[in-house]
Amino acid sequence: MNNTSILNQSAHHHPFDGSKDVFGFWIYIMTDCILFATLFAVYAVFHTHTYGGPHAKDLFSLPFVLTETLLLLSSSFTYGLATLSCRDGNKKAVLSWLWLTFILGASFIALEIYEFHNLYVEGHSWSSSAFLSSFFTLVATHGLHVTVGLVWMLTMLFQVRKHGITPVTKTKLTCLGLFWHFLDIVWIFVFSVVYLMGAI
Amino acid sequence: MLETIIGKLSNPQEVFPYMYEPLSQQLIIFSMLGFIVLAGIAVVGGITYFKKWAYLWREWIVTVDHKRIGAMYLIVAFVMLFRGFVDAVMMRTQQALSSGDSYGYLVPQHFDQVFTAHGVIMIFFVAMPLMFAFFNWVVPLQIGARDVAFPVLNSLSFWLFVAGALLANVSLLIGDFSHAGWLAYPPFSEIAYSPTVGTDYYIWAVQISGIGSLMSGINFFVTILKMRCPGMTLMRMPIFTWTALCSSILIMIIFPVLTVALALLGFDRYMDMHFFTTNFGGDQMMYVNLVWIWGHPEVYVLVLPAFGIYSEVVATFSRKPLFGYATMVWATAVITILSFLVWAHHFFTMGAGADVNAVFGILTMIISIPTGVKIFNWLFTMYRGRITFTSPMYWLMGFFITFTIGGMTGVMLAVPGIDFQAHNSTFLVAHFHNTIIGGVVFGYFAGITYWFPKIFGFKLNERLGKCAFWCWLVGFFVAFVPVYILGGMGMTRRLYHYDASTGYQPYLIVAGIGAAIIALGVVFQVLQIIISIKNKNKKEYRDLTGDPWDGRTLEWAIASPPPFYNFAVDPVVKGIDAFWEQKEKGFNIQSNPKSEKLHYQDIHMPRNTAVGFVVGILAFIFSFAMIWHIWWLGIISLVATIGTLVIRSFNYDTDYYLKADEVERIEMQHQQELARAGL
Amino acid sequence: MRLIIAFIARFRLSRTLQKILFLLPLFFLAACRSGGATAPRGAIAASELDLIKFAVELMLIVVVPVIFMALWFGWRYREKNNAKYTPDWTHSTRLEIVWWSVPCIIILILGTVTWKTTHKLDPYQPLDSEVKPVNVEVISLDWKWLFIYPEYHIATINYLRLPEKTPINFKITAAAPMNSFIIPQLGGQIYAMTGMTTQLHLIADTPGVYTGFGANYSGVGFAGMRFDTEVTSDAQFKEWVKTIQVKPEKLTTTVFWNDLVPPSENNPVRYFGKADEGLFDSIVMHYMMPDSPALVHSTQP
Repeated sequence: MNNTSILNQSAHHHPFDGSKDVFGFWIYIMTDCILFATLFAVYAVFHTHTYGGPHAKDLFSLPFVLTETLLLLSSSFTYGLATLSCRDGNKKAVLSWLWLTFILGASFIALEIYEFHNLYVEGHSWSSSAFLSSFFTLVATHGLHVTVGLVWMLTMLFQVRKHGITPVTKTKLTCLGLFWHFLDIVWIFVFSVVYLMGAI
Repeated sequence: MLETIIGKLSNPQEVFPYMYEPLSQQLIIFSMLGFIVLAGIAVVGGITYFKKWAYLWREWIVTVDHKRIGAMYLIVAFVMLFRGFVDAVMMRTQQALSSGDSYGYLVPQHFDQVFTAHGVIMIFFVAMPLMFAFFNWVVPLQIGARDVAFPVLNSLSFWLFVAGALLANVSLLIGDFSHAGWLAYPPFSEIAYSPTVGTDYYIWAVQISGIGSLMSGINFFVTILKMRCPGMTLMRMPIFTWTALCSSILIMIIFPVLTVALALLGFDRYMDMHFFTTNFGGDQMMYVNLVWIWGHPEVYVLVLPAFGIYSEVVATFSRKPLFGYATMVWATAVITILSFLVWAHHFFTMGAGADVNAVFGILTMIISIPTGVKIFNWLFTMYRGRITFTSPMYWLMGFFITFTIGGMTGVMLAVPGIDFQAHNSTFLVAHFHNTIIGGVVFGYFAGITYWFPKIFGFKLNERLGKCAFWCWLVGFFVAFVPVYILGGMGMTRRLYHYDASTGYQPYLIVAGIGAAIIALGVVFQVLQIIISIKNKNKKEYRDLTGDPWDGRTLEWAIASPPPFYNFAVDPVVKGIDAFWEQKEKGFNIQSNPKSEKLHYQDIHMPRNTAVGFVVGILAFIFSFAMIWHIWWLGIISLVATIGTLVIRSFNYDTDYYLKADEVERIEMQHQQELARAGL
Repeated sequence: MRLIIAFIARFRLSRTLQKILFLLPLFFLAACRSGGATAPRGAIAASELDLIKFAVELMLIVVVPVIFMALWFGWRYREKNNAKYTPDWTHSTRLEIVWWSVPCIIILILGTVTWKTTHKLDPYQPLDSEVKPVNVEVISLDWKWLFIYPEYHIATINYLRLPEKTPINFKITAAAPMNSFIIPQLGGQIYAMTGMTTQLHLIADTPGVYTGFGANYSGVGFAGMRFDTEVTSDAQFKEWVKTIQVKPEKLTTTVFWNDLVPPSENNPVRYFGKADEGLFDSIVMHYMMPDSPALVHSTQP
């Protein structure tokens, strides 16, 4: 019968099928999206709850945040280049682009830590008001995600070096790519909602 | 110094709060402790005596087989059910006694932990794992899959759940548990009003298991969408799988919100943030909104699979396809969507305007329409059927009677004008027990009896099952009708003591008797399991055919218990109730004539791994360290968790192929066994 | 539409049937000794009870047949009975339309009633009356209730005196974890929360003593957060106010934060002959802005 023969064919060679993993990862990202949406909603409610303390307008420096933004956006671009090289099977180019992405991402985190440190030193800690609590929580949650992405990228750097571009590493790089671009999009929202709208 | 090493554990008043309470409280705690220690010794001793440690590790702890994981969910859920039930009995006894000059046998700071623990355990550590037990057991088998989409993730979810459950139990002896109710409303749950570790136990236990639930939700969503066997279109899926799909969607959407709500509460407590505090701009209403955006859909997460079970049970035992399959699917989908739009009915009394209240009230009532439709569809499945009254069918009948009443009181509560009176009263308590016991618990019990032979290879004793049913049904009404009445009399929930002049006591005594009748039902259930295990090789218990109920769906097409690879060949499906059709037409599992030989092929299998177990243990240690402020241990366990995952990501040898010859050999062996038994 | 509602609203099940339906009789049974919603002593509570009865009766139209059908089908189509068996009858558009529409109609009716009553019974809605309302400010504390009568400059703890047939305007806040203020025989509840003012409008029709309490769990002293609400004639109420006004104790900001806010259980009734003006608003503000009276208050339960 037809059914059996089709089954036979598909089951005889066993190519690694990463589509399930990529789909699953998409779904995970959707749930993460809800997590961020909740944090954004919390921020939207609390951004006026300053308890007599400073508002967003008084605290943030747009040029500084713009630098952060550019760093993260360009890291997304370089990751895109890594994906392209991955498609060509160019292991060396993948590694180089990944390293560059890693450095850009790490600089983003460094700047964010610097910003947080400055706010803290100036007396605007997360315990000053509900507004600052929600600001630190939202931005740091994004930062934490980026950090996880960086650790993951490190492991991928080693895995690609060891195994080369295989279906398995390719799938993993696709997932990491999804994650990385997703964080970029979240940051654009953070930039618009927290910093740009705060500056108005 | 000591505090930097062992954190809050250095303060005996925090670690052993009950030592500073009346002797009666210590007696309760120590008898519980004695019981746990004895049970622990019995289990550990038993395993050692029978030299089963290696077996336990090899076959269970590191397993990624969905059937084994499902069985473990079931076992842990039953242990926790026992704990949650003891809490319930303690509450009922306290309330029955504590009238007028008598103050019962519990102090208020124990009573509040008991009612909190009861709610938390029953929802998070009994109902959720039971549901996941069914997902694990049934979904892959019903859709003709070899396993879930991500077997290792599945094992990780399970062990995270165990870590959470363990935390909730450890709090019994080391420190205390939350006293702020099962949803820990701030500001009461904030550090200002709840300075002990109890709330931290709550936060971490629920958070850790909640993350496990979220991952399971993703896992089953992908499994159902991506791993159905050839021919099984969405509109041919068994209804239980449909409800599992809808329930998974709900889980994926709501659990991130719970994660955020608990995290923010945790930040308030640990880092002096001000989300829900009384000052610094915090807003307690935010938490109430967030937690109910999770909380309301959560009840549908639990009840939809129960509806799925009823659908399977009623079709099988009426020997008739489910009436109005398409309607059932759409009703389920409508409930799924509507459940997001009703959360504010949990706080009509917070002072939102009449417009908001009315809209949420009416949306809530609308949910009763698809639910009512489902009930009619089940009824008309029975209509002109050939009903065998097995115990799953008994539970279904009990469900009809109980749940419709619970649904009615639910719609009453959805009317804001009524809710202003009934909110926080025992009427509300009776209502949700009415729906959860009548809807969820009865359904899950029906499911356990129904699928038990599939997983373990033998049936449960029917007679004892029916005894248990009668106790539960009668016990439920005896326990909760008085609670409804008390609500009408103005009794508020969570009262540890009341005035004799209120006239509550007689009703509470009756309610206590009801709890005792339910307890008798539990005894019957325990007996049922013991006796069934003892007789499992007897003819009337043993399920040789794999199809003890004359089932309709694919899970009954293979042996009981199924081989570890589930289906020797991929099933092929031509319609709803695939297996029934194959039986009717004399087809094999690939919907071909029986005469045609099956072609066995290599089967791709995941390798067992300890990574889920290790991360579960580490998550437990991490949470424990955070609860007791042992920062160094927290950091170490966190780093170790990340390290474990990184090391795992370097492991490329995660699967293997089971050779076709081996599959054939196992299948032939099974055939021979059947032949020997004369089947 | 309106006609149907009017019809259904007047529709009452026959007396004998009502006796069979167990839920309602149980309510009435309970009402004999009830301090709850089943024994209303005010217009709001009475409307709420009417609403309860109406909703129950409306839904019994579905509930009773469902339970009956479940038992009947189960009995009739049991295996041994050999009744008609149609294993292939799985769908009937006509029937399904019926059981989609019946609940739809019921919910349509109940929804319309809900919309109306929710607005009519909105706790924020001031009551229509010729009589000048009495204002009462309610503050939920750990674990007692403070009532301030701003017009009379008096305050009480765990005791509420109200004139009959007079609208009462409650303004409610808290200086403790969230609680809920309710006197079931007069009407429904509303939350008491720090930094917020909620409102409740009630009226009492008959003199008597009605229990009020906190309904949202707030700690170990929660069970003792009960108070008597004594409803008397207006003249007696005025008389009572005068006797309280001569009581020596004064409620000042300092007394409030140092004496009342610290947790205490099972508090006896207390009277304050004089209460500081603006105390209620200052309590609300205390939780909203940093520079309100910086009085340290212990919150350790």
